[in-house]
Order: sequence, then C-alpha cells, then structure tokens
Amino acid sequence: MAERLLMKGNEAVAEAAILAGCIHFFGYPITPQTEVAAYMSKRLPKIEGGVYLQAESEIAAANMVLGASAAGVRAMTSSSSPGISLKTECISYMAGSDIPCLIVNVQRAGPGLGGIQPSQADYWQATRGLGHGGAHALVFAPSSIQEMVDMVFDGFELAEQYRIPAIILSDGLLGQMMEPVIFPERKPKYIDKPWALTGHGFKREHNIVNSLYLEASELEEKNNEREQRYNEIRRLHAVADSYLMEDASVAVVAYGAAARVSGAAIDVLREQGVKAGLIRPVTLWPFPTAAIESAAEQLEQILVVEMSHGQMVEDVRLAVNGKIPVHFYGRNGGILPTQQEIINQLLELTGGVK
Amino acid sequence: MIKQVLFAGFGGQGVLFAGRVLANTALGKGYELSWLPSYGPETRGGTSNCAVVISDRKIGSPIVTNPDILVAMNAPSFDRFIDSVSENGLAIIDSSLIIRESNRDDITRIDIAATTLAQQKQLTGLANMILLGKLFSEIALFDEADISSGMKLSVSSSRESLINLNLTAIALGSSI
Repeated sequence: MAERLLMKGNEAVAEAAILAGCIHFFGYPITPQTEVAAYMSKRLPKIEGGVYLQAESEIAAANMVLGASAAGVRAMTSSSSPGISLKTECISYMAGSDIPCLIVNVQRAGPGLGGIQPSQADYWQATRGLGHGGAHALVFAPSSIQEMVDMVFDGFELAEQYRIPAIILSDGLLGQMMEPVIFPERKPKYIDKPWALTGHGFKREHNIVNSLYLEASELEEKNNEREQRYNEIRRLHAVADSYLMEDASVAVVAYGAAARVSGAAIDVLREQGVKAGLIRPVTLWPFPTAAIESAAEQLEQILVVEMSHGQMVEDVRLAVNGKIPVHFYGRNGGILPTQQEIINQLLELTGGVK
Repeated sequence: MIKQVLFAGFGGQGVLFAGRVLANTALGKGYELSWLPSYGPETRGGTSNCAVVISDRKIGSPIVTNPDILVAMNAPSFDRFIDSVSENGLAIIDSSLIIRESNRDDITRIDIAATTLAQQKQLTGLANMILLGKLFSEIALFDEADISSGMKLSVSSSRESLINLNLTAIALGSSI
C-alpha cells in the first residue's frame, strides 16, 4: 500500500498536480496560497519539460496558462481570492477559447483585500462570476487534503475531456493544515488534443484557438455547442456526498471546511438521538441539485452552513424549491463556525430530541 | 479518543516543530490527526502557536478552541490561552519564562523550568522537546520507538544530527 504521509494541503495539491501530469505552473505569491507555488518551484524544474515561472502579476500568470494550455500542455495556476479576481478576465477567455486548465483558489476572506484567514466567500465567483459572458468552470470543493489530492486528477482529466477550465476551491484552513494523505497510484490519462497549437510541418490545416467571433450567428452557434457540453457536465458530473441521511429529518448542507465541522457536530447530536444528517456538495459547479431535491422529500428542514454570509444557500433554495424551510448559519471574515455553534443551531431548529 | 493539543510560544522556540513531532508520531501509529499553524496577523508580534488534534475518528475542525493540553512557552501565550483549557485539562508550562498564577483549580498544571534545564544539560534551544517529552509521558499513547520514528519523519535529512539531541531532550522531559 502507498505510504501515508503528513503534508500541508497547499503542498499536497501541488504534488498531486505533478503526479497528474502537470508540467507547467505559472503563479504569483499571495497568502495563504504561496506554498503551492513554492513547492512547484522546487519540483517542476527537476521534471522533464517542467516549467515553473513566477509571473509579473496574476493577470500575466493566468495568460501564460492560457498560452501553455493552448499548446496542449497540462498547465495550472493557483492564487487566493483577490488574485483569482485578477485572473477572471483570462478565465473567461479560456472558457471562450475552450481551453482546459486547473486553477486552485485557496480562499481568504473578502471583499477587497479582506483578510488572510480562511473563507468560503468566493462561491458566487467560482460558480457564477468567472469573468464575463456566461463562462463556467468545473468547481471542486474538497473537505480534506486526501480529497483535494484525488480531485486534482479528476480536475485535469474532466477539464481536458470537456475543454473547460477546472477550479479546486480550497481555503486557508485546508491549505495551511497538515493531515495524513496517501497519493493515489493512478497514472494520468491523456487524450488527443487535435485542436492544440502544436507544430505540424504544414501537414494539416492550422488550428486557431480564439474567443473572438464577430459574426453573431457564428458566436451563437459556438456558444450553443458549448452549452451542450455544459449540459452534459450538469447531467453526469454533479457529485454530493451524504452522511447519516437514511433516517434524517434535518440535514446540514455544507461543503469544504464547513462540512468537516458540520459532520463532527452531527456525530455529537446523533449520540443525543437527534436525527441529523449531512449533504456535502463535492462539486459546486455543476451543483448537485438532484441530490438535494430528492433529500427534501424526506426532510423536515435544512440548515446551510457556510463561511460567508450565505451564497450556496441560494442554490440549495433553488433545489428545494420551497418544499421545506432552508435556514442559514455562517461565520465570515476568516472565522470558522464552531462545532458547538452548529449543534446549537440544530438544537434550536429541531427542539432537541423528540 | 480525541486529544486536542495547543503549543504556544515565541517564534523561534520550536513551537511548530514540537507540534510536528507529535503529529508525525501519531501518524506512525495510524491515528487520524491534524496539525494547524497560526498564520498571518496572529504571528506578528512574535507569538506562534499550532494546534494538533489526534483521534481514532475522522477529525472535524482542526481548530482547537478549548485544548485538552496546553503547552505554553511564554507569558503572552499563557495569558491568552490558560482560560481556554478544557475542564480537567492539562497545562504544561515553561516556568523559566512564565511566572504567573492562574485561578484555574479545575485543571492539572505542570511547571517545568524547561529553558533553564535545557541550558544546564547542554540542550540549549530544546526546551520545546523537554516539554513535549512531558506531554508524551502524560498522554501515554506512544512508546519510545513510536516517538523515535515520529522524530525521524519530522527532521529533514540535512539536519539528521539533531535527531538524537532531540530524543535526549524528550527522554529528559518524560522522566520528570
């Protein structure tokens, strides 16, 4: 069996990317993400074809990823919230050019420069606001370092399959903490990229990677074709994990670090006889609407817990569609909800053991 | 079983390293665990702390608000965290640097003059390991071999010569 290692989330995600075949990394330092870039700077130059480059800005780094990915290379960048804002122009260009890549956002509190402590206030940005023009990216929400590592492989592979950027939505807690991790003995899968800008010696028509379509009908056709891919992703790749849901009458819906704490709170309540469960969205885009919609049939109420003033709660309410009450509890500014706070919220909602 | 430990002191006292040795020792024994350093504004002004959680179950929050065990290596850390120690918890205090009383009569307090002792025993700079040694003997989860493998995982190969010195300091702390 592979070795169980103790690693920081930021370093583990970088190592996983290398194991998943990433050979180009372009970044710019920002707390609490910097260890991703630091790790890459040590490892990538030792790998055949490996390039680590600290760009002059986040905008430049993202555009270098666009360039490398357009040439068919497995490339990534990472940043933290304000840095991701700078990259979103380019993310929209990558979406519009149908370019795959992996982006890690180690979220910190906002808005603006905000703070450097963990946060989940970039949910809207990741699922709705990746630049202009209706761009989407696959958004993965790990709640442990192990899961983050596994998602890196899926992220690159699905991104290339659907020609779409992929985002791992980490946060300052998952990035800075260490916990045991086992790197999967999984070989990276590669697919042909007939669209890539590689040298061909005039043996074929030249490829164009571009997001500019001045002819409206041409752009509509392009966008419709992309929307079909988005729809297939929505149909096939929305993932949620459920915990103690079989007989639950109340469920917490939470992702990432907030889901860890919620799970621990639910364990305590179960010992007291409260029938609580956890639905944990593993992908945020596509959002696991169907899982929540069907859970709403058996539940009396839902509590959404986030490290923000409530962003995912809107998607939960859309999925529940008014069938049952959806409550919200959150902390923000860099503060994690505590286990006791979540227990208190659930006790208040359920009136304790009935 | 769940043990929530908080190491706190000045930057440079090896607070993060002590946590890392504990975490790696628990790793070797197959426990679930987390290690979380303070970062950012908390560390400005020179204080540093890290939280280690060891459990036989999956760990929810790696943040430790009410430690079962506090290892305090300076007075500001003592002042900040002593009231947060959980009821019936344990505080291991470097009494060479912390001369403070507290009104916590519901916890066990162990005072060790670790910094002075380290200097006397030619182990200068290893007060952190002396205190960690005491912690190991109090929690009684790991034997000498476990600790030795945890130490080897925590020290980079370029500084291997430090392994034995660290282990000597841990043994000294355990014997107190």
